[in-house]
Amino acid sequence: MGSENNVLLEVKNLKMYFPVKRGVFQRRVGDIKAVDDVSFFIRRGETFGLVGESGSGKTTVGRCILQLYRPSAGQVVFEGEELTTMKGQKLRSMRREMQMIFQDPYASLNPRMTVGSIIGEPLEVHGISKGKAKRERVQELLKVVGLNPYFVNRYPHEFSGGQRQRIGVARALALNPSFIVADEPISALDVSIQAQIINMLEDLQTELGLTFLFIAHDLSVVRHISDRIAVMYLGKIFEIADKDELYHNPLQPYTQSLLSAVPIPDPVVEETRKRIILVGDLPSPEHPPVGCNFVTRCPVKMDICEEEEPEFKEISSDHWVACWRVN
Amino acid sequence: MALLEVRDLKTRFYTDDGVVQAVNGVSWEVDEGETLAIVGESGCGKSVSVLSILRLIPQPPGKIESGEVMFEDRDLMKLKDDEMRSIRGNKMAMVFQDPMTSLNPVLTINQQISEAVTLHMGMNKNEARERTTELLELVQIPQAKDRLDDYPHQFSGGMRQRAMIAMALSCNPQVLVADEPTTALDVTIQAQIIELVKQLRDEIGMAIIWITHDLGIVAGIADRVAVMYAGFIIESAAVKDLYADPRHPYTLGLLGSVPRLDMKEKEKLTPIYGLPPDLIQLPVGCPFAPRCDYRIERCAERPELIVVAPGHEAACWVDITKERKQQWVPKTTSCLKSRT
Repeated sequence: MGSENNVLLEVKNLKMYFPVKRGVFQRRVGDIKAVDDVSFFIRRGETFGLVGESGSGKTTVGRCILQLYRPSAGQVVFEGEELTTMKGQKLRSMRREMQMIFQDPYASLNPRMTVGSIIGEPLEVHGISKGKAKRERVQELLKVVGLNPYFVNRYPHEFSGGQRQRIGVARALALNPSFIVADEPISALDVSIQAQIINMLEDLQTELGLTFLFIAHDLSVVRHISDRIAVMYLGKIFEIADKDELYHNPLQPYTQSLLSAVPIPDPVVEETRKRIILVGDLPSPEHPPVGCNFVTRCPVKMDICEEEEPEFKEISSDHWVACWRVN
Repeated sequence: MALLEVRDLKTRFYTDDGVVQAVNGVSWEVDEGETLAIVGESGCGKSVSVLSILRLIPQPPGKIESGEVMFEDRDLMKLKDDEMRSIRGNKMAMVFQDPMTSLNPVLTINQQISEAVTLHMGMNKNEARERTTELLELVQIPQAKDRLDDYPHQFSGGMRQRAMIAMALSCNPQVLVADEPTTALDVTIQAQIIELVKQLRDEIGMAIIWITHDLGIVAGIADRVAVMYAGFIIESAAVKDLYADPRHPYTLGLLGSVPRLDMKEKEKLTPIYGLPPDLIQLPVGCPFAPRCDYRIERCAERPELIVVAPGHEAACWVDITKERKQQWVPKTTSCLKSRT
């Protein structure tokens, strides 16, 4: 997978299991398989969208890439370097290249720090600039994200949600990274503010040549911003394709039902739309079903789906699917 | 006559920082079997306006300054507290946003749903239990009988919201108020709940007031839409008219802010710049004027809702449809359709 040389990041057979402990002695009785054997690659300069419902493991994938969690198994290769075994100073210097934008702009900024020190902290930690140079860089960053450079001495509570998210973006940009993991960066914001942030991220990408991993649950937003999309469900990636291919030719039944569940802001379209309504809920990742993970809710399951897990295969160029119906 | 009619509702909150003008003279009505969607962003007064109608605003700091709410020839605002209590949860029921916090964690599902029917319909324990089973089956909870004595934590998010809906429907309400009932849920579960509510609406024939910020959901469920901004209704219309021909710049801005899953080609979003006004210091003129692309001098004066087309009202001095024909390329495909 991804032998081309314009691949920036490659994730191979990534697994992240969290132990479940019970009883007085906190014995390990099982695992939550948050991410279970996931492989994909991200090309330089593209936006790779990762969609899934809550509990599908999409955030865990993002965190594993940045080594905020050390994966249980698998490899994360960034610019040709393997990150999962990297430690200490070397890992820290790699992190310069990879930054994260968090979901909750209220929780991800320290309320006791000024905007200047929040954005300036990475510059200092990595020994890039101090004092006046740092201050200038911070003001420049504020301008880049569309905030007034005079805001440096203010505190997060003085800003609205959208402005805080801009501060979060400025902090992520401080070290001139080439890769940014944006974990649901707009879902805590109001509709009109969401569009401002989306447009800003798109502009920054063109100007700075950034590569994004865009994690979200809203398929309309993901289709808008991404070049390629991966659909996750219960720790597995079910389908990866170009955004238009995924929309026009979804092959995995979960992708199909997810697409049909997204409301479209047009009453004329909604009137005639056919919905695939899934029954039931996401199963617990502690006890995933035998066979395909989607088998408990799949409207078109076959006998083999309950026995064996389908292989994740490239069906046509750049279109990967895990489903017995297709394989 | 309309089933429920709200006239000139004003709600204020008296806080230490000043008077929050949360709802500023809102009027609407809803007929039997009709679904009215109230759309707006956080802080626009959509929740406060319906909580005021149900008289669920904590007083103080809140105060309903004026307004009439006509329901069955009675003004709900003038009822005594116990009279209001016999309507609330009975003829008018609510479903709230967060099913996690609106269910009592130490009572079983049966106890919580039974409470309403024993109280309002005078059923005894066994009758109530039967009714509860019926209701849980109605909202399609699998093996409803076996789940009666479960506690809320044993239910998933979608099932909790179903239980909330069951509770709301327990006394056959004429009006169901749904305050962002699917916001906390995943898309596939959201689709289940919306489908369920639509089915129940058609079976029972109740009126629904659906509060949301999601224009996609509105398109699928509403008959009529009222768009709120800074405590005012700035536009109201039948759902198709609103999407095909938005007459207020804010509505237009909202529609331009959401990407459509079915877009043909990628278009840049057209966000609304700036922030909503501080409700403690509302601008004197049009509340949207500071963010508006169509602003003219007259916007320093506050526009009233006026009829712009049959069944379509907007509070704007500018005829944006005319302006857009001259200068703007319509953005959504539905706008194109309505014009050709």
